[in-house]
Amino acid sequence: MTATASPVSKVSTANRGRRTPAPPAVRRTRATLFLTGLVVALVAVVLVSAGSGQLRIAPDEVAGSILHRLHLDLGPMPSHPRGDATLWTVRFPRIAMALLVGATLAVAGALMQGVFGNPLAEPGVVGVSSGAAAAAAAAIVFGLGFAGAWTIAACAFVGGLATTLLVYLLSRSDGRTEVVTLVLTGIAVNAVAGAVLALLMFLGDTQAREQIVFWQLGSLGGSRWQYVWVVAPIAAAGILVAFLAAGSLDLLALGERSARHLGVHVERLRIVLIVVVALLTAAAVSFCGIVAFVGLVVPHLVRMVTGPSHLMLLVGSCLAGGLVLAVADLVARTLVAYADLPLGMLTSLVGGPFFFWLLRRARRTAGGWA
Amino acid sequence: MTAGMSVLTASNVVVRYGAAEVLAGVDLRVDRGELVALVGPNGAGKSTLLAMLSGDQEPTSGTVEILGRPVAEWRLRALARERAMLTQEQRIAFPFSAREVVTMGRAPWRGRPEEDLDELEVAAAMHTAEVTHLADRAFGSMSGGEKGRTSYARVLAQQTGVLLLDEPTASLDLRHQETLLDSVRSRVREGAAAVAVLHDLNLAAAWSDRIVLLHQGRVVSDGPPSAVLRPELLSEVYDHPISVITRPGADGQGDLLVLPDRHAQRSLL
Repeated sequence: MTATASPVSKVSTANRGRRTPAPPAVRRTRATLFLTGLVVALVAVVLVSAGSGQLRIAPDEVAGSILHRLHLDLGPMPSHPRGDATLWTVRFPRIAMALLVGATLAVAGALMQGVFGNPLAEPGVVGVSSGAAAAAAAAIVFGLGFAGAWTIAACAFVGGLATTLLVYLLSRSDGRTEVVTLVLTGIAVNAVAGAVLALLMFLGDTQAREQIVFWQLGSLGGSRWQYVWVVAPIAAAGILVAFLAAGSLDLLALGERSARHLGVHVERLRIVLIVVVALLTAAAVSFCGIVAFVGLVVPHLVRMVTGPSHLMLLVGSCLAGGLVLAVADLVARTLVAYADLPLGMLTSLVGGPFFFWLLRRARRTAGGWA
Repeated sequence: MTAGMSVLTASNVVVRYGAAEVLAGVDLRVDRGELVALVGPNGAGKSTLLAMLSGDQEPTSGTVEILGRPVAEWRLRALARERAMLTQEQRIAFPFSAREVVTMGRAPWRGRPEEDLDELEVAAAMHTAEVTHLADRAFGSMSGGEKGRTSYARVLAQQTGVLLLDEPTASLDLRHQETLLDSVRSRVREGAAAVAVLHDLNLAAAWSDRIVLLHQGRVVSDGPPSAVLRPELLSEVYDHPISVITRPGADGQGDLLVLPDRHAQRSLL
């Protein structure tokens, strides 16, 4: 038998990596349609999700309830006597939290990818989420309460910031992060944070242990308005800074030197954005635990539609992140009757294979992320 | 600013990385309307000198001034409206198109009246660098030469009076080497000052007003091409027998041709 290399297979691999971006005009129309679609989908999911559960409420009654709160006498009120109360004390805070956490994680992921110049960077993958969770768990086990309701969020922020800086210092060389280095750094950081969490579980009492397990799984189950009011301002501030930095992030894609030649204060931008990533991750983690891969999957899908320009990417990620998490949470609490599935498990179940697919694709294009 | 004042001034610039001295007291002045070629063997300090001129790094000692002001005192944004730099390596982190990359060159003008010219400048720069047909291609999927020309278009779109080019002709074909340096020349005619690191001494001879020859971190010769490109000096600096011949031109001024002297080398062996 003679083995001959097929020339056909060579041609097909050479052409596979070359995706030509759509012309800007087409891209802009597509992006506008995409954003409009996201907003419509968000409204629909909120109405359906709020009405789903043990106590069913029709979407028009949910809309009516919201409009009446806004002093607009439009639409029917929930027909069930406890309907309105259920919506406003249980369902809406949970949905609000889902939207906030989703937007926050997706924006944090997009920012991290921009700062690291690497599309595989994500708070969960590189271990920032577990770092934040470990610090938050420490606050519970040691009964810290120096900042009232904000204590856990503050600790999560400190833990998240420390891990982000650590990953940043460990995984970069020559202004860039190689895929392999980043992923390996993530393994190391996740291992250490996991060990700290395990130690805290060992030290803590039964109640603390339960809370830590809840972190590792990730859930929106305990959402209350008071938590929403802690997360909302942090998320809003972080996302606002992210939007302001969008133009500079585009230039940073050229590399640090060229960005500097175009007037970007690279060192300052980097530090500010690392703090913002830690802040956003902490906001998401402190009340919902580790919800991984949202920051990876969402910006990727958005980038495919809007192109790599960061302003559109961030706006799109904000909306799509909220949508994805709202849908994921709806699935988590309705898939199995009378059971609240862990949200983090669901996102990892979908996000893990997606991450794997991205890695495969990265390898195919000779390790280049161009 | 006073006429005849140097746009770029480096005085006694010393750069040390640990024990290694990369630049050992370099003086350089570049005026408006001047294209200066930086030449020299590998490791002579050309790129380091360019990095000092662009303000990327502070020299260990000595001063670098752009438009009479020390580089460290410039605000980055203001400096980016005065000088543009083409780096040796061109890469990008996300699949931006060629047009988006060239448009990035307009970033320093955001929020100023010149911003209105963005589209015009981008189109003109892409035309000059001959990358208009690549506008919608992803930068990462281009060949080395196409990337180089797109990055050069970005530098042109920045519309600065000072151009710093690190090996702008690397990986370009013969025609594009010529058209690129021709476009640098026309910017220089309009009053710009340009410094280009060139490895091809024939290109340096043909297109530059002045050649600065660096060797082991020092300027060993600085003057018009005919004064710098002397066979005995080049042979010594490049540690290789080199001959310089003049090809008679139609206008009486011949082109200098720098060639490795292969016969001499053979006889040495």
